[in-house]
Amino acid sequence: MSDDTIDLRLHVWRQRGPGDEGRFADYSKYAKRISTHASFLEMLDVVNERLAADGERPIAFDHDCREGICGMCGAVINGVPHGHRTLTTTCQLHMREFQNGAEVFVEPFRATAFPVIEDLMVDRSSFDTIVQAGGYVSVRTGAAPDANEIPVPKQIADRAMDAAACIGCGACVAACPNASASLFLSAKLAHLNLLPQGQPERYRRTRAMLAAHDDAGFGGCTNHRECEAACPKGISTDFIARMNRDVIVASLTDKDGNLI
Amino acid sequence: MELDARCPTGDIEKRWDRHRFELKLVNPANKRKFEVIVVGTGLAGAAAAATLGELGYKVKAFCYQDSPRRAHSIAAQGGINAAKNYQNDGDSVFRLFYDTVKGGDFRARESNVYRLAQVSVNIIDQAVAQGVPFAREYGGLLDNRSFGGAQVSRTFYARGQTGQQLLLGAYSALSRMIAAGKVDMYNRHEMLDVIVDDGRARGIVTRDLVSGKIEAWTADAVCLCTGGYGNVFFLSTNAMGCNVTASWRAHKRGALFANPCYTQIHPTCIPPAGEYQSKLTLMSESLRNDGRVWVPKSASDSGKDPRSVPEKERDYFLERMYPAFGNLVPRDIASRAAKRMCDDGLGVGPMVGDKRLGVYLDFADAIKRDGKKIILEKYGNLFEMYQRITGDDPCEVPMRIYPASHYTMGGLWVDYDLMSTIDGLFVLGEANFSDHGANRLGASALMQGLADGYFVIPYTLGHYLATKGKNPLGADSTVAKSAVKEVEKGIAKLIDIGQKGSTHPDEIHRQLGTLMYDKCGMGRNAKGLKEGLALIPELRERFWKDVQILGSGGELNTMLEKAGRIADFLELAELMCHDALTRDESCGAHFREEHVQEDGEARRDDENFAHVAAWEHTGDHAAPKRHVEKLDFEYVKLSQRSYK
Repeated sequence: MSDDTIDLRLHVWRQRGPGDEGRFADYSKYAKRISTHASFLEMLDVVNERLAADGERPIAFDHDCREGICGMCGAVINGVPHGHRTLTTTCQLHMREFQNGAEVFVEPFRATAFPVIEDLMVDRSSFDTIVQAGGYVSVRTGAAPDANEIPVPKQIADRAMDAAACIGCGACVAACPNASASLFLSAKLAHLNLLPQGQPERYRRTRAMLAAHDDAGFGGCTNHRECEAACPKGISTDFIARMNRDVIVASLTDKDGNLI
Repeated sequence: MELDARCPTGDIEKRWDRHRFELKLVNPANKRKFEVIVVGTGLAGAAAAATLGELGYKVKAFCYQDSPRRAHSIAAQGGINAAKNYQNDGDSVFRLFYDTVKGGDFRARESNVYRLAQVSVNIIDQAVAQGVPFAREYGGLLDNRSFGGAQVSRTFYARGQTGQQLLLGAYSALSRMIAAGKVDMYNRHEMLDVIVDDGRARGIVTRDLVSGKIEAWTADAVCLCTGGYGNVFFLSTNAMGCNVTASWRAHKRGALFANPCYTQIHPTCIPPAGEYQSKLTLMSESLRNDGRVWVPKSASDSGKDPRSVPEKERDYFLERMYPAFGNLVPRDIASRAAKRMCDDGLGVGPMVGDKRLGVYLDFADAIKRDGKKIILEKYGNLFEMYQRITGDDPCEVPMRIYPASHYTMGGLWVDYDLMSTIDGLFVLGEANFSDHGANRLGASALMQGLADGYFVIPYTLGHYLATKGKNPLGADSTVAKSAVKEVEKGIAKLIDIGQKGSTHPDEIHRQLGTLMYDKCGMGRNAKGLKEGLALIPELRERFWKDVQILGSGGELNTMLEKAGRIADFLELAELMCHDALTRDESCGAHFREEHVQEDGEARRDDENFAHVAAWEHTGDHAAPKRHVEKLDFEYVKLSQRSYK
């Protein structure tokens, strides 16, 4: 089995920093005899070891858990965030998905709100900023009632979990022609706005997080639904529709979420 | 050095309550004058930073990832234990305490474990109030399952993503405090040293992983929440970035390192497929309920399509060696047996180096018995994950599994207040050694991380600050500046060697990992450990002569990051072997092949080893010094662990 290898015609985006304009580098000569059992990131590891052996600076890319849950990895592979295999993060994409001799272009997630740090590594701290604006229930440690005093209908809990499964990778933004983070934002909102615990701050949260989203430089949603197709966790655009309903109600409230 | 855990005495049920009452409080108006540094933002770190921020302290939090939400707690699948007894099946705080002490094979402190069981119930309340979407029953109340062989259903879960949801809960609380200006968050910062002044931890030195800037940060206390050291084995289920550096640098500054040889190896991981393999992925152990483990009897069949190997040519080795338990033998026994098969040349799957590292886990009989539909209902998501990674459909071709390093029970020694042997240096979560003894039970890691962060440190840290009072030390003080200089010197040394070196850091790490699995892995013996102690310094020497690092220290440099972490793993590895060699007994996950009972279970030696071994660093080339904290068992009677 270890003889199952392929050669790639590999092009990787190299950019030394946000000020550099960047370019594709042809690394085909470093991407020969790649095991089909390797993951995409392991392919990059191999290329990096070979680059280093030639004294070339390794390709910078973000990654951590390599099991599809931390949300740290992500690259646009042949035009598709996380590559063409659906419901799969870059770290879980494997080289058997590629033909021998395939031409592969690897680029960073591109968006105004995700400035490039180096090569494939981008700054997604704008996602943190959106959460900081209201992606929480204001409950102090120790102030919670007994867990079973807050019954939650199973179907509501399951729906909230569907939304909460978002890993915050940013593929939705990279896929969107408007570089909107609506899918991310709406998933965060739906998770908390669906649950009874999230009701007291529901409209305040909606207003604040939407404002933070817009301030960060993300575009608006115009229903292309590319985000849903790119999302490795299958987050549904239904949550965007749900968010829009909450936004309408929120627009009738003051900044604290009280109906005017 | 006298190791005093400062555990309260008296009725175990009342110890924590009484202790909390006796702890001094910081006046609310004074809290904002105290600065606290939290390193790491997993369950322990995020919970601690959020809670300390809520209390009014000025908190600075650091993580190496691009966002605090990415810490590796996120990958925990199974669940979190709590003694809620919502199922009315006889659970209680005492039972959870009892199970945990016994599960740890009597190598944990009773007082700590009891407190853990007590606060477990508060954790669930807190998480639910934050909006963690735990699984529910149709009546709207919380669902539970039995996990890891527990006889009661006390595990709360959120699909297979419990760690993710609990971490996002803690991250949301942390985010709220960041927005409120109570916590300053520093992403992409790696801690490289502790600043110790007059015996007290007064800050840390970090490297900005983007700009390469080395900086000192001072505070009144430091909390390390930096996780475990499973990546010493190179291939593990840990995230790529998980490392021992923060703990190790603290160790070198005077914090004792306890029980480093207690490492947990998980039997059901997806095996390595080649030399390029970077990590291993864990699959739920529940697979062994229906899968049968086997290898071909003859090595000549090991490269063949398993379906072509006739029944009589297969060795169902767990069923053969352990007829009573068969495929359901405990984790450590299953792991050791699988490794032995592969070492004997009977492994299956692709060649990695000169061996095939894998054994079959075959569902053919289960599918024949129950039908594919039933099996897929139970394991569908795991089969899908397996197929995504290996390309094989477990319904058609037997799965391949191999053991992998998963969790480390050892860590920095802490007292009952979670303070290390450096005053003001607190250690939380997997980074400390305190609650799991020699073996951690399933669904207990999340519980411990959150217990330490939400419900222990807020009290004990307050007491420390109230006792010590405010005594400012600036980042421009001599001690801070010299700590920065020292770190800069260390980096310059690495860069200097690295420019001429020719061995990629990963290559050395890989070799260290293979060595550790061989000599200090799931089975250890005196001969192997001594070999390890001879080989590790050789590898370390090679590292310091020939490691390759391109680029400079003053920029983003992933090779430098790796090299720095490996340098520390190379030192830790030696300490692990020392510890494993000195602990001349088997207990929990520490299995000394010289000490086995007839049934293959670990044989403890309570007379000589019912203690914590905490190691003192005595210099870079000096032998570490072993200190002992005796363990007393007043409530759980010492007995032989048996799952028969």
